[in-house]
Amino acid sequence: MPGKPEFWRWPESRWRNKEIDWTKGRIITCGIDVGSISTESVIMVDGELYCYGSVRTGSNSTNSAVKAFNKAALHTGLKLENIHFTVGTGYGRVNVPFGNRSITEIACHARGANWMYGPRVRTVLDMGGQDCKVIKIDEKGKVIAFLMNDKCAAGTGRGMEVFADLLLIPIQDVGETSLNVEEDPPPVSSTCVVFAKSEATKLLRAGWTKEKVLAAYCSSMAQRVVSLIERLGIDEDFAITGGIAKNQGVVQRVTKKLGIAACETKWHNKEYTSKGFPFDTQIAGAAGAALFAKTLAEKEGRTNESQLRV
Amino acid sequence: MITAGVDSGAQNVRTVIMKDGKVLGKALAPAGRDARGAADKAYDVALNATGLAREDVQKVFATGVGKRDCEFADGDTGDLQACAKGISFLMPNVRTVVELGAEAGSVFRINHSGEVIDLTVNEKCAAGAGIFLETMARALETEVEKMADLYDQSKKKITLYAHCAVFAESEVVSLVHARTPKSDIVRAVLCAIAVRVASMIRRVGIEAQVAVIGGVALNIGFIKALEEELNVKITVPKDPDYISAIGAALTAAD
Repeated sequence: MPGKPEFWRWPESRWRNKEIDWTKGRIITCGIDVGSISTESVIMVDGELYCYGSVRTGSNSTNSAVKAFNKAALHTGLKLENIHFTVGTGYGRVNVPFGNRSITEIACHARGANWMYGPRVRTVLDMGGQDCKVIKIDEKGKVIAFLMNDKCAAGTGRGMEVFADLLLIPIQDVGETSLNVEEDPPPVSSTCVVFAKSEATKLLRAGWTKEKVLAAYCSSMAQRVVSLIERLGIDEDFAITGGIAKNQGVVQRVTKKLGIAACETKWHNKEYTSKGFPFDTQIAGAAGAALFAKTLAEKEGRTNESQLRV
Repeated sequence: MITAGVDSGAQNVRTVIMKDGKVLGKALAPAGRDARGAADKAYDVALNATGLAREDVQKVFATGVGKRDCEFADGDTGDLQACAKGISFLMPNVRTVVELGAEAGSVFRINHSGEVIDLTVNEKCAAGAGIFLETMARALETEVEKMADLYDQSKKKITLYAHCAVFAESEVVSLVHARTPKSDIVRAVLCAIAVRVASMIRRVGIEAQVAVIGGVALNIGFIKALEEELNVKITVPKDPDYISAIGAALTAAD
């Protein structure tokens, strides 16, 4: 629909570490996380974060994977043939045309969270576009157990997008807006997003402010996520990844209900922090994939030296 | 004895005027934001159709989620009781009843005297409810009424993978983008709902005859998909969306 503002539409993004000259790298790896809503691509040079891109997943996973790669590699001169190893992950992982291997998003998020937040993390909550996962991991980022909801939009980013559109509030502002209430109202009682939407419409008619309605929805979403976490059990440190990790309205309510604080969204790698690298919780899966790609490239001898020798 | 039944649902209010077991008039009004006004309107339109006035009606009973909003009612009855009463009066041989409204659905079995013996309800999830069909029709830029024809035109059986109505909407949009024929998508949608409803039916057990009532029963395409899924003949009464209202009017006459 032309002209109609799309409040759910979050901005696509890109970042590059200008200190790295990839042509001097030994192993260049790429992780592509083709999710149902967004596709992320992370490129690493010798295991160091070089660049990443995040785009909206289109109706065609293959195109989305290429788009995400191009977004990350823009202005770097990097081409697909320069990448030694690519690992695809996420729900469209088998559709990454240049992927050398595909690995489940559970494993990749676990590894990515371990790399981003550090080895003390034992429970990862990944709140994505169309699913929500709780993953228990060890100090190396290996998966011990997990639980996942991918059947129902309640408790996922997609549900939040529906509400952003209903209330005409840009998706990035939803979390903050929902915290703008004196006291949390009772959570929206419907589980189903479709029913919650009609419930919200009734609340608005009854005179509730948008802030209050959002607070009620964020709170019901938090409740749902917490019940998933409690079913698996939680060990600290507790880290949150995925797009919804950026929504303070949900994050604060989840941690409050759990009575456990979440890790600060800060790099375990102090150098990254001091250099001001952006800490984007949405790239955890793709970062994990790029790390796996590095291990696999080494194992299979796909590095710059080996290519020179050939 | 002349009585009236009002079924105040999530989306529509339906009213029937009955005399000695015969429907004299019926009317529907969208519940919108004012369920009370809608009940008044549906009642008056139904009365108009019969040429009767409010004073001619001896008793009015209400049912449905908004039954308490019906100010002119003399009493109310439970949704399930109203459905069971209505269907067993109209079709005494029905043993399994599938009631599918806009937001809630239930499947129950009744015995020869219309008593409910087993029941399962879904009011938590839109997958399998009428609102799912409407959402899908919107995504496909068609109308629920046209779904039956499209279903018949379908040449290829495809599967909708999403369970959730919200996810299914995105899936349908992807299928539209991939230039999948509309008829095949409609069939996939109807089959998806049929699968959900069939699993509810199997939970309570199938005993012939099987009847589908509620607004969704008007969708002939869905009935076909459900028959295919269950491999059972399904009966749909006349005015399947008025069964609860009829049940309420019958209760008023008791």
